[in-house]
Amino acid sequence: MKKHSDTYRRELRRYVLGLAFAVLLTGAAFAAVLWHIASPPILLGLVFGLGLLQVIVHFHFFLHIGLKKSTRDDLQLILFSTLIILLMVGGTLVILMNLRHRMM
Amino acid sequence: MTAEERLHPGLNLHHTDPHAHAAAVGPLFGFWLFLMSDAIIFALLFATYGVLLHGTAGGPGPEGVFHIGSIAIQTALLLASSFTFGMASLSMKYGRGTGKLFGWLAVTLMLGLGFLGMELHDFTTMIAAGAGPDRSGFLSAFFALVATHGLHVLSGSVWLVVMIAQIKVFGLDLRVKTNLMRLGLFWHFLDIIWVGIFSVVYLHGLIG
Amino acid sequence: MTTLQKKGRIMTETHDLWHLLLGNLSLDALPTYSMVAMAGAAMVVLGVLSVLGLITYLRKWGYMWTEWFTSVDHKRIGIMYVALAMVMLTRGLMEGVLMRLQQADAVNAPGFLAPDHFGQIFTTHGTIMILFMAMPFLTGLINYVMPLQIGARDVAFPVLNSISLWLTTGGAGIMMVSLVLGKFSTGGWSGYPPYTEAAFQPGVGPDYWIWAVTLSSIGAMLSGINFTVTIYKHRAPGMRLMDMPLFTWTALCTSILMIFAMPPLTVATALLALDRYLGMHFFTNGMGGNMMNYANLFWLFGHPEVYILILPAFGVYSEVISVFSSKRLYGYTSLVWATMCIAVLSFTVWLHHFFTMGQDANVNAAFGIATMTIGIPTGVKVYDWLLTMYRGRVRFSVPMLFALAFLVSFVIGGMTGIILAVPPLDYMVHNTVFLIAHFHNMLIPGLLFGMIAGYQFWFPKAFGFRLNERWGRIAFVFWVAGFYVTFMPLYVLGLEGLPRRSQEAFNAGFEPLLIVAAFGALLLLSGLASLFVQLWVSVRDRDRSRVPVGDPWDGRGLEWSLPAPVPEYNFASLPQVQGRDAFMTMKEKGTAYRHPEHYESIAIPMNSALGPIVGLAGGVCAFALVWHMWWAVIAGLVVAWGAVIARSFARNTERIIPAENIAAQQGAWLQMARDARAVPRELEFTPENKGLAEVVT
Repeated sequence: MKKHSDTYRRELRRYVLGLAFAVLLTGAAFAAVLWHIASPPILLGLVFGLGLLQVIVHFHFFLHIGLKKSTRDDLQLILFSTLIILLMVGGTLVILMNLRHRMM
Repeated sequence: MTAEERLHPGLNLHHTDPHAHAAAVGPLFGFWLFLMSDAIIFALLFATYGVLLHGTAGGPGPEGVFHIGSIAIQTALLLASSFTFGMASLSMKYGRGTGKLFGWLAVTLMLGLGFLGMELHDFTTMIAAGAGPDRSGFLSAFFALVATHGLHVLSGSVWLVVMIAQIKVFGLDLRVKTNLMRLGLFWHFLDIIWVGIFSVVYLHGLIG
Repeated sequence: MTTLQKKGRIMTETHDLWHLLLGNLSLDALPTYSMVAMAGAAMVVLGVLSVLGLITYLRKWGYMWTEWFTSVDHKRIGIMYVALAMVMLTRGLMEGVLMRLQQADAVNAPGFLAPDHFGQIFTTHGTIMILFMAMPFLTGLINYVMPLQIGARDVAFPVLNSISLWLTTGGAGIMMVSLVLGKFSTGGWSGYPPYTEAAFQPGVGPDYWIWAVTLSSIGAMLSGINFTVTIYKHRAPGMRLMDMPLFTWTALCTSILMIFAMPPLTVATALLALDRYLGMHFFTNGMGGNMMNYANLFWLFGHPEVYILILPAFGVYSEVISVFSSKRLYGYTSLVWATMCIAVLSFTVWLHHFFTMGQDANVNAAFGIATMTIGIPTGVKVYDWLLTMYRGRVRFSVPMLFALAFLVSFVIGGMTGIILAVPPLDYMVHNTVFLIAHFHNMLIPGLLFGMIAGYQFWFPKAFGFRLNERWGRIAFVFWVAGFYVTFMPLYVLGLEGLPRRSQEAFNAGFEPLLIVAAFGALLLLSGLASLFVQLWVSVRDRDRSRVPVGDPWDGRGLEWSLPAPVPEYNFASLPQVQGRDAFMTMKEKGTAYRHPEHYESIAIPMNSALGPIVGLAGGVCAFALVWHMWWAVIAGLVVAWGAVIARSFARNTERIIPAENIAAQQGAWLQMARDARAVPRELEFTPENKGLAEVVT
């Protein structure tokens, strides 16, 4: 345990920092909405942006994923999954909104 | 960093237990793949929610049914549980003996069950108020998305109980460590999905 | 209370008890509404009873359980998958024949199949052929061949492999049970609501469909994960990704597609189930439902699915064309990139399945262009295959015949695909039999011929003796002629306006071509029968066609470097690989058939009952969901998950094969290789061929 104490403290700090950032980002998002600090469209963008940032925080601090650290296979998989999710969700929303628009 | 030193997602045991680290590579990659497929399921449930946002059929919309206080507490509980699982992971990696590990796992379980309890309470309140999943397309989509996440948290909680039992029976052998690492990926993944849920469903709903 | 009242109460309580136990199941579920349906039910019952009876009579239950059902060996599992596929192909093809016969008969006449029954048949035909014939067939081939090609001892998760097999079998069981009890959905294999909602089909039909599909898709997704991890993490030392055989490359892309394409299906069917069982409103008429989202979700799955079906066939063709042209595959890099492009692009085109649903021309155009783009990498592959044959020494073996038929026919079908990719043209032929002709044009010469070619190609490796060439050629003629005679008329009929899924036609002008098509279906049936005859004849004559040394075709990949049949541990020592066509390189360098430096004991996974248990529990759960036997639903889930959790407590899961045994086996085989005559290709189909190929320098 002694010889690992440095790495232990480093890893511990990652989790604590991750928690701190996550709390900040979550709090900011909730506060922004509760205090109506901007118009709805901007507020929406802000909430989504803070959410996206927090997802990155989770990936980095809790899942220890990084461009230099992670294997190429895992990074490629994340990239591919992101692409597929964007295609599927984006495509769904575009198509269904288009259909709704034409039905109005 | 050479190719061999690159790490898989989640906690890595390369320094402390190279044998377990090598054995875990395949199972963790496989589980990561499974999580990607799970991510697609959630993504499509989010998309369906977006499609059915206006399908309230004259019934309650988001403003009518979401309680920000409860959501804030649930968010705090789940986020805390992610942190406590991280502590459990560190305890597995660096600790001597399993005492602290049990402690952290138990706390994680409590937080997870607390989250579930509150979510269940919210659901029953909504259903009692006539805002159940059969009321409208919008509510169906809401319940499908949030309850699927809840079912995942429930499965994770059952898994936690199983792991606690396995640590008692086997100690921290190879398979137990691999399974704990996979559970860790699962648990953090669920918190990531929750970030999406409170942003896209609850906060979005309250913005109007 | 009077005696009569008491009796009435007891009867109600007994009735309630039966209802609790059996849900909605009752004697009414038997298909007495049609003679054809009764015949189908009888065939299932008789079939099951004869198989069970035969195994009992031969006292082979122990053997079946320990050697096959609980095996976690990828080779055994692969063979079982292919066997399942052949059984389901038989049913699916018979259903196709029934439909062709009905349509030939029912021009301004009712025919012999009532509309409701016809509806069930086209639904089961599609569902079975895609999910319970094609998927198991390709999963079986990949299971058997891919680990051998990459120099591995098994797939990454052998027990999970078994679970996948048995879940798929459970789903197939649901399909077969639906012939005996209740009716199947009449909503087509795509199951569109609101027609499949409880309001329009309150019976068990769509529920059968939903749960059979669910079992199949879980099995497929788990297989996808298994194969991907195997290919990424279990390759032999020295084998880089760009050294892998094309069949393994297509297996990898197929597996990744499985992982990402099954979730949309899971979501679509789950939401439909929620609508049907819990009264929710995802796809209902009104109450905020959006039925168009179903088509969107279903085809997000459906389009990548057809690429899951075709990519392994492309892999087979790459192997077959290269081996039977005695030539290295032309343009390996371009073939790999083309495969990856096809895989990625397959996620960008799904809207072409519903051009007519109402979105505007710009959206249609974007997806139409994306659809046409997929033709480009496919074309690259066709040219690569042609150039492989060019200046090669082509041998017209049965696999090669199927590959040649594929090259011509698939291009024709691809052209009609380009026609369909143009939205205004699609508006003209959408939901006509033109579309039926197109996708059968892709699936039969594409997928099915590929699977048959793969089966013929690798059969000697799996069983140690060659299949009968003559009956293979007879089958080939029937299959190719059958395909053209059945489906070319449908292109014409579709352009003339005959809608798909029609139980009756009202234009006498359709009759001649429908009769031709029906005749074609009988040719296809003869093709299938010929394959069964071939198998029987081959088994009968197996002593004359044994190829124990293991390389009957002068193969190029590592799978041909092993004895035939392959020993359970695959490789006595893991090969060191350098470059592509690893085994051909060894043969040319003279380093094939050598003893390794030393033999080591090998640990292989023990058998496991988890697969059959999960499959059975899953099947029971699915059946119970269909008939609303809630106690059995819970029981099935508890057993399945309980077994998985119990398995996670298992620790003693491997057995050791001692080095001496391996050395003895290998020694005997290498001696056989030394004693055997190396045959030139002219003697490939003669008893002289013991599986040792003459090296041509």
